[in-house]
Amino acid sequence: MLSCSPTSTHHPHSTSSQHSHPQTQTDRHPSNAPTMASEKSSSDLTLLDFWVSPFGQRVRIALAEKSLPYEYVEEDLLAGKSERLLQSNPVHKKIPVLLHGGKPVNESLIIVQYLDEAFPDTPSLLPSDPYARAQARFWADYVDKKVYDCGSRLWKLKGEPQAQARAEMLEILKTLETELGDKEFFGGEHGFGFVDAAFAPFTPWFMSYEKYGEFKVAEVAPKIAAWAERVGKRESVAKSLYSPDKVYDFIGVLKKMYGIE
Amino acid sequence: MAGGDELKVLGVWTSPYVIRVRVALNLKSLPYEYVEENLGSKSALLLASNPVHKTVPVLLHGARPVNESQVILQYIDEVYASTGIPSLLPTDPHERAAARFWAAYVDDKIGSAWQGMLFTCTTEEERAEAVARAVAALETLEGAFEECSKGKAFFGGDAIGFVDVVLGGYLGWFGAVDKMIGRRLIDPARTPLLARWEERFRAAEAAEGVVPDDADKMLEFLPTILAWINAPKSK
Repeated sequence: MLSCSPTSTHHPHSTSSQHSHPQTQTDRHPSNAPTMASEKSSSDLTLLDFWVSPFGQRVRIALAEKSLPYEYVEEDLLAGKSERLLQSNPVHKKIPVLLHGGKPVNESLIIVQYLDEAFPDTPSLLPSDPYARAQARFWADYVDKKVYDCGSRLWKLKGEPQAQARAEMLEILKTLETELGDKEFFGGEHGFGFVDAAFAPFTPWFMSYEKYGEFKVAEVAPKIAAWAERVGKRESVAKSLYSPDKVYDFIGVLKKMYGIE
Repeated sequence: MAGGDELKVLGVWTSPYVIRVRVALNLKSLPYEYVEENLGSKSALLLASNPVHKTVPVLLHGARPVNESQVILQYIDEVYASTGIPSLLPTDPHERAAARFWAAYVDDKIGSAWQGMLFTCTTEEERAEAVARAVAALETLEGAFEECSKGKAFFGGDAIGFVDVVLGGYLGWFGAVDKMIGRRLIDPARTPLLARWEERFRAAEAAEGVVPDDADKMLEFLPTILAWINAPKSK
C-alpha cells in the first residue's frame, strides 16, 4: 500500500519484534488496544503492518473476529523497509504480511481467506455456500479495485480530475448501497463477513472523502452511513481502526510529503 | 431444462479471462453452452447478469450469474469438488494462498502490460514499454514456476491448476504480440521453464479449441476490440 510513512508525531517505531502494537503513544485513539496483540502467540502468528493501513486493518479485524493471538509488528515505513518485510514479501515489499510459523502470506484479502482455511475451528468470514462465497468474493474485489484508488485521487487531485474522482466515489457508494440494501451486514444471513471486513477499514476515511469531495455519505448513501456506524461499534473493528481525525491528519502529512497543495 | 443446473458462459473468444474459465470447465469435463458476445452491442442477458461491470466472462449456473474470472474459477472448484474431478486450487492452505497470490500477480502485472501493449498504447514507444513490463513480470513468474511446480509440469504440479489457467488465458494474445513485435514474449533464452510450460499448456486437451493459436486471426480481430474500447460510452 503506502511506500512511505508520515514524518509526524507517530510512534517512534522500531521494528523490534518484541514491541507490541504501539499503544504507548498518547495521541492514539484510546480504543485501539488489541489485548491479544502483545502476547507471544501460541498460534505462531506475526503480522507486519502499518498503523493506518486499511489493508492491514482487514487482517487485524479478521484475527480479532477469530480470537487468534498474534504478535503485531509496526513497520516504520519511513525508516526504510525492514529486512524481515523485504524477505517476507520480496515481490511487492508491502504490508500487511502475515507470518504463520515463519511462512509468509501476502495480500490482505488472501490473508483473510488463509485465516479462514488454516483455522477452520474459528468463526469464518466467508460463508459456506459456494454461491454466497462467490458473491462475497466479487464484492470484496469490487471494494479492493475501487475505494482506495478513487479516494486517493479525491485528495491528491484538483479541478476536473478531482471532479471526476468525486463522481466516481459517489457511484461507488451508491453501488455498495444497492448491494447492502436492508441487510445489517454485507454478509447477510452469515452475519459480519468477508465484505464487511474488507470495507470496514475505509469507514474512518469517509470524513476525509467528504471534506475533499464536498458531499455527505449520509446523503449519498444513507444505508452505508448507517452500516458504517454499526460496524464501527463492533469490537473487532473498533479496536483495529483509528479515528477519522487521525486519518485526516495522516492524509495531510502525505500531501505535504508529496508536495501537494 | 429441469433443475436449473445448466452452465452457460458469456464471452469473447479472445479474452484471457474468458479463455481461462473455458479451460477450467474443460479440465473438469463440465459441459456448458458458450455464447459469443458483441461488446459493441451488449446483450440484455449480459447487462442483467453483470450490471456492475457489464463485461465478460459471465458464468450462468442455472439462472444465477457469477462474475469476475478468478471468482468464477473458485466457484466451479467449490461446487464441483468431488473425487475424480480435479481441483484447480491445492488443498494445503499455505499453497492455496500462494496460488491466489501468483494469480493476483499475473492479472496485476501481465494484465496491465497486456492492456498497454495492445489497447491503450498510442505510440510504438509506449507499446515497447508495456512489452518490457510484461517480460519483467514473466521473469518473476519463471521463478514462481520453479517454486510452485517443484519440478513438475505445471504451476499446479502434475495437473493444470489455478495459476496455470490464469496465465494460460493470455497465451493467445502472446502469440499475436510475438508476431507484431517479431520476437517472443516468453523467450526460451530468458524464461526457459515458462517456454516449455507454454508448449505443454497449449498441447493440453482442455486448451483445445479454446486457447487461440492463430495469431493472424487475433490481429484481424484487434480493430473490433479497439472500436469497442474507443466507442463513446452509452448511458
